[in-house]
Amino acid sequence: MNTKVTIAGVTLNNPVMTASGTFGSGMEYSDFVDLNRLGAVVTKGVANRPWPGNPTPRVAETYGGMLNAIGLQNPGINVFTERDIPFLRQYDTKIIVNVCGKTVEDYLEVVERLGDEPVDMLEINVSCPNVKEGAIAFGQKAEALYDITSQIKDKARQPVIMKLSPNVTDITEMAKAAEAAGADALSMINTITGMKIDIHRRQFALANKTGGLSGPAIKPVAVRMVYQAAHAVKIPIIGMGGIANAEDAIEFILAGASAVAVGAMNFVNPYATIEVVEGIEAYMERYGIENVAELTGAVEE
Amino acid sequence: MARKKKTTVTVVSQKQIAEQIYDLWLETELAQEAHAGQFVAVYPHNAATLLPRPISICEVDRDRSRMRLVYRIAGKGTAEFAACRAGDSLEVLGVLGNGFPIEKAAGKKVFLMGGGIGIPPMLQLAKELDADKHILLGYRNQDLFLQEDLAENGQVYIATEDGSVGVQGNVMDIIRVNGLQADVIMACGPMPMLRAVREYAKEQGIAAYISLEERMACGVGACLGCVCRTREPDHHSHVNNARICTDGPVFEAGEVEI
Repeated sequence: MNTKVTIAGVTLNNPVMTASGTFGSGMEYSDFVDLNRLGAVVTKGVANRPWPGNPTPRVAETYGGMLNAIGLQNPGINVFTERDIPFLRQYDTKIIVNVCGKTVEDYLEVVERLGDEPVDMLEINVSCPNVKEGAIAFGQKAEALYDITSQIKDKARQPVIMKLSPNVTDITEMAKAAEAAGADALSMINTITGMKIDIHRRQFALANKTGGLSGPAIKPVAVRMVYQAAHAVKIPIIGMGGIANAEDAIEFILAGASAVAVGAMNFVNPYATIEVVEGIEAYMERYGIENVAELTGAVEE
Repeated sequence: MARKKKTTVTVVSQKQIAEQIYDLWLETELAQEAHAGQFVAVYPHNAATLLPRPISICEVDRDRSRMRLVYRIAGKGTAEFAACRAGDSLEVLGVLGNGFPIEKAAGKKVFLMGGGIGIPPMLQLAKELDADKHILLGYRNQDLFLQEDLAENGQVYIATEDGSVGVQGNVMDIIRVNGLQADVIMACGPMPMLRAVREYAKEQGIAAYISLEERMACGVGACLGCVCRTREPDHHSHVNNARICTDGPVFEAGEVEI
């Protein structure tokens, strides 16, 4: 049985990753998960300098999901390269660094700094709904996405994954723009913008008023978008959005994803990533699948 | 520190001890590693309520591997827990956070201050702490809880908002009315109380260790949901936003902006 998948020339031991922002840089979950068993660890977003993030409350539970408006609190690239990358290098897993910024120059600075680092791929966050400048502003207009993607591709020394926002009218337009600008892969979806109000206190549940919805509640939307994007572009897609178990992961793969990421469900089940790895193997055995890559886009039309 | 884990625990007993307040004993090996001021996160069975509920540890019985949680029904998750009966099982993540720094208070005159649902962690603290303990408890009214357990471990003083029992007012009024003094304070309660404790400790030039709470998601320091402002750069993000779940929940009052 072969669970390896290759994305932009990088071969992962299996198609299971962590979704950015839900797993730190792996350290916090290493009590629960043997990081060697993961296809890749995708880090929390890192900017050129430290970001304090948003005021609290930053998280709120919703029916079958949660809202977050962390605001990309991060220690900046200096601490990240000194602490987080060396930590991850101890493990036999691929390192994908999520990059965020307020301006194109911010993104480029981080991408250039990572050029000499032992990092396997870059995931560019142009889809965080919780920061006022940058981030999603680059991910909601096809021309802006094309522009930032091509500038990053000029500077990047690792393969570039563009993380797409679902908060757009036509996901295929965004997927095509990223591909046309040279993106090596897509990851999708980031969170869906939402809101929750406490009716007794007549207050927003989040200090930021709006937040990004994640968890099982968004899974059907994510599966649909992965399917649409997979039919619009040739580059590989990393699927995510409410994946709780192997069944969910396989749904994304059949819809067209080459790999998958577990996000909010890490909070619900800290062992979720490993259970997805094992569940995919069990599914392959049950249906006599020799190569996990055979399953990508294999839903019957 | 012991490895954190998610584990299935068995309900030994549960009873209601005041309005909306429940007293739950669990059988779990987590009791062996738990200390005063730490917490566990309890998962609702209902898949629509995804996130674990952080609940402070009220008491541990290491000999029998049991842990006591005293909590208030605050929403759907805790309402589900309140329906648990002996023999039921629950999924629990623990042991989480750093407890009270017992060594800072050993042998000294200490205020253990608890307000409302901040009272439960004071019990394990009172049991672990070998010191001259003055236990100051603030309730809304005569619907008291845990005061008898606490009285076995130190001198208990009570304040009620409506004046029905003890001093009328809050825990700060207990200090004023009784003319009490201490070398160090350990406190848990609502934010206005913790602000008053912080202010008082600063005036008196004594250390105060306060237990904070905030909306949490992961409980293990990954999501950065439950931060509080700190005076010095936090060691994780270096942005003066410490994680309550892992850097706390107990902080020296002067270190945090609340």
